[in-house]
Amino acid sequence: MDINAMITAVVVIGALGLLIGLFLGIAAKKLKVEVNPKEEEVLGVLPGNNCGGCGYAGCAALAAAIANGEAPANACPVGGKKVGDTIAGIMGVEVSDTVRMTAWVKCAGDCKKTTRDYEYHGVEDCRMLGFVPNGGPKSCNYGCLGFGTCEKECPFDAIHVIDGVAVVDKEKCKACGKCVAICPKHIIEMVPYDAKYLVACSSKDKGSVVMKDCKVGCIGCGICKKNCESEAIEVTDFLAKIDYEKCIKCGVCFDKCPKKAIAKK
Amino acid sequence: MISDSIKELLIIAIGSALVSNVVLSQFYGLCPFLGVSKQLKTASGMGAAVIFVITLASFVSSLVYRFLLQRFHIEYLKTIVFILVIAALVQFVELVLKKKIPVLYKSLGVFLPLITTNCAVLGTALTNVQEEYGVLFSTVNGFATACGFALSICILAGIREKMQYNNIPKAFQGIPIVLVTAGLMAIAFCGFSGLL
Repeated sequence: MDINAMITAVVVIGALGLLIGLFLGIAAKKLKVEVNPKEEEVLGVLPGNNCGGCGYAGCAALAAAIANGEAPANACPVGGKKVGDTIAGIMGVEVSDTVRMTAWVKCAGDCKKTTRDYEYHGVEDCRMLGFVPNGGPKSCNYGCLGFGTCEKECPFDAIHVIDGVAVVDKEKCKACGKCVAICPKHIIEMVPYDAKYLVACSSKDKGSVVMKDCKVGCIGCGICKKNCESEAIEVTDFLAKIDYEKCIKCGVCFDKCPKKAIAKK
Repeated sequence: MISDSIKELLIIAIGSALVSNVVLSQFYGLCPFLGVSKQLKTASGMGAAVIFVITLASFVSSLVYRFLLQRFHIEYLKTIVFILVIAALVQFVELVLKKKIPVLYKSLGVFLPLITTNCAVLGTALTNVQEEYGVLFSTVNGFATACGFALSICILAGIREKMQYNNIPKAFQGIPIVLVTAGLMAIAFCGFSGLL
């Protein structure tokens, strides 16, 4: 056994390791980048899903923006009030109260309640159905297509297609707005979490057309509007719309609607 | 003479980028190949970072091999020395980028530290030694190998993006179909074997 070779190997590798260690240590000191300490603190509070619901590239980007004062402390839609308040504490600013929002699918026309013009066999993605006749097999051209593009997009497993219609799980929904952005029919909207009565239809067709296509579509009869005490309902384009700020949650519209197009949550 | 060596360099470059593609025929670096190929954007980021690191690592490791290991006749320690050198190199590059070129640092992002443990990097350094390439040849070979990696990961990411629209049988969903795709890609790349 060659002792000299062993010693050379140990010395060379040891010296190399030591040198590299020293070099990296010095380099780390010399090349240190000053990071705003608030930025790290804010990042620690943010949820860390990197969902992009705030409009920034991820939680780190939002943290940097908040620390630089470019974004408000409550810019994270997922964290809601709790996270907003904590960040406001870190940044030393006041935030106005945020209302907890949730996504709402403005369609209730599931397989049993709507009619179909034809059978569709093809790419199962809502965004593709813009290319097929009548914008999909459903007779109603405004309704949920039910291929679950929103379901695939949701980072929180909060929206599911049940019987051919997307349904939001209000508790799981973090209001990041991804489903709203991706739905090609634009039938998902953000509503206040505590809104109790909601219009579950998006059809702007005339009443007679809706009658034919869907058992639960809004025909624009205006009965809800007439009965609403707080004048919270407007009917435009044969479609009722509830103003959630004015709504007093009395439930008259829900009771009176002849087509049951207003849903109670 | 010069044109001869340029020709040789070109042959090596094409050979390691296409013919013996690092992922598809040598099966190095499969973890990032399968892991970071969901979207074309991240895949191209990964590809760029790999090109950057492998080229640098090939250069530095061939320097270390020639002027340190060969000099002291401890070539048998090349694996452990290369691991050490590459890991330190990536660390250092990360520090420099963070300070000097934050834009590049941001676009390479999390990929840089991930690559430290990528076997394609070490594999290329060891191949360079095995083939007895000099410093210039090693660097070119490293660059070409990494380009081959970037090419294949971008192709796979493109296919995977399109595959999202398909109806895949339940048993094949997720990684299985990706592996099948990668296998088909490897067969397609066999077509390059007659090139040289």
